Amino acid sequence: MELFDNLVLGLSVAVSLQNLLYCFIGVLLGTLIGVLPGVGPVPTIAMLLPITYSLPPVAALIMLAGIYYGAQYGGSTTAILVNLPGESSSVVTCIDGYQMARRGKAGKALSIVAIGSFIAGTFATLMIAGFAPPLAEVALKFGPAEYFSLMVLGLIAAVVLASGSIVKAIGMILTGLLLGLIGTDVNSGLQRFTFGIAELSDGVSFVVIAMGLFAFAEIIINLEHRGKREIFTDNVSGLLIKWREFREALPAICRGTAIGSMLGILPGGGATLSAFAAYTVEKKVAKDASQFGKGDIRGVAAPESANNAGSQASFIPLLTLGIPSNAVMALMVGAMTIHSIQPGPQVMTSNPELFWGLIASMWLGNVMLVILNLPMIGIWVKLLKVPYRLLYPAILVFCCIGTYSLNNNVFDVLMTVIFGVLGWIFVKLECEPAPLLLGFVLGPLMEENLRRALLLSRGDPSVFLSRPLSATLLVLATALLVIVAMPMVRKKRAEAFVEEQPA
Amino acid sequence: MQAIRHPKDFWAGVFFIALGGGACLIAIGYTMGSAARMGPGYFPRTLGLMLALLGASLVLRSFRSQGEKIAFPTFRPLVIVLAAVALFSVTVGSLGLVISTILLVLLASIASHEYRRVESVIAAIALAAFVVVAFRYGLSLQLPTWPPALAG
Repeated sequence: MELFDNLVLGLSVAVSLQNLLYCFIGVLLGTLIGVLPGVGPVPTIAMLLPITYSLPPVAALIMLAGIYYGAQYGGSTTAILVNLPGESSSVVTCIDGYQMARRGKAGKALSIVAIGSFIAGTFATLMIAGFAPPLAEVALKFGPAEYFSLMVLGLIAAVVLASGSIVKAIGMILTGLLLGLIGTDVNSGLQRFTFGIAELSDGVSFVVIAMGLFAFAEIIINLEHRGKREIFTDNVSGLLIKWREFREALPAICRGTAIGSMLGILPGGGATLSAFAAYTVEKKVAKDASQFGKGDIRGVAAPESANNAGSQASFIPLLTLGIPSNAVMALMVGAMTIHSIQPGPQVMTSNPELFWGLIASMWLGNVMLVILNLPMIGIWVKLLKVPYRLLYPAILVFCCIGTYSLNNNVFDVLMTVIFGVLGWIFVKLECEPAPLLLGFVLGPLMEENLRRALLLSRGDPSVFLSRPLSATLLVLATALLVIVAMPMVRKKRAEAFVEEQPA
Repeated sequence: MQAIRHPKDFWAGVFFIALGGGACLIAIGYTMGSAARMGPGYFPRTLGLMLALLGASLVLRSFRSQGEKIAFPTFRPLVIVLAAVALFSVTVGSLGLVISTILLVLLASIASHEYRRVESVIAAIALAAFVVVAFRYGLSLQLPTWPPALAG
């Protein structure tokens, strides 16, 4: 069986000592930043990108992927013990997880998270292995027109599924697309929007943008709120869950996994949306929903399985179509470009060891996460006691040095200040920065494919509609926009995202 | 003039108009070309125009819809944190990693309402030591440890 052969190839790559080590470093860092509120995977991966330059591509991607799905694990610990989402995807886990902790069942909550996440991770790994090859086959038939339409669909979907105003999200995408054009135009050699600054001729690095918009702006906003966090429980005991409790949680885990796997594939989806959807579904299907919000084990199991499945499934569009579906995947594009790998359907055939090695490492990483998170829970609890006043200067130091080492250039560090101001403004105006980063990464690609498509059709824009695949993608994009614009859906959507806010 | 009912939408719209309009204006200097043979100005001008129009619709909408005021509890963290980063980027080449890192941490720490002087000094020194060991020696970062002028 081909799938089996591929997985064996992947495992053989992933179990090499070096790759195991980087997988471990990745999930360890991921757990660490997941546990710490206010440090997310986006700035962490941005910070570490320059460092991965010296690593082999497989090891680099394995480590960065580990940070992403590891953060989903770590975030749940904070949600359960402190009632604060360590990670945005753990927002819903706070609801029932913290209530379980208050009833002295913190250990059980943590255990079910680990079990659920492991099951979800295993399933998502298998799904990537099964789904990716046929999807990549379709993608290989894509011409420039299809790629352009696919990117339009991806960007629209990212807008629709993101929280907040749709108009503003589209504005952020356009802003990102424009920022992506800064630098030398590949076709004419013209310097665009560089204002005569030599450092800008290669364009703005997305690390600079990610640091400013995500890391710095978040620190500033955190400092504006004078909150103090208190840890609910000092020592966690009673990790063992009873068979009866496991049987109660298992259907929720399966549903959460299924929802996460589906939503994760969608552009703009990923961990946060999956977790939220899973919780809502769980409340709907439960025979007795009275315990939700009061420490129902299903309210922890479903969203945590979903966010883990979702975070892994979001690798599918990246690996098969070359289209990043969220901000973290946009950074993974960067990581692949650093190693001169063009993300897309050809990765599977040109770098099979990279593709399957990365997938196999995700499963191994999930095993490591169970070990890291259950027996070593005490360490993470201690970590939660590090006060923010000590934490954020350290984050700043690492961000500055990480940005510098990108090009050994202080100009990049200065640029992060500008994007820090922008990021702060965006928070104040309730403009989500994630679509901007997506637009930024896709900007040059979109222009290139638009140019090529119209060159081939001699300037006839109907090419996007006359080619069936391209037309289907554009129709889907339009349909999405229309559905969301409908008054009924709009109202529901607004309610949904209100509920998503941390309690 | 009618009152702005949704300040967040209004200012986001103004931002988009400024950015889109600005990009359009600059891109006028770039060759437009035709759809079949796009010049470097084609895509940016289209994007800029779309963004400006979108911004205009936001501004118009902000006179009708209702929204909260923009909250500015304090500007302190914004100014201090970004000043600290700027200070680091300006000084690191001439003063070296150790001094710049210490300056960054000392300045940035003031932004917290839980600021403690002695603690932040200790943190600054510890972080500087860690940075030198991990980045200068561990990852051979190309930055001087001490001010290059002193090393002669």
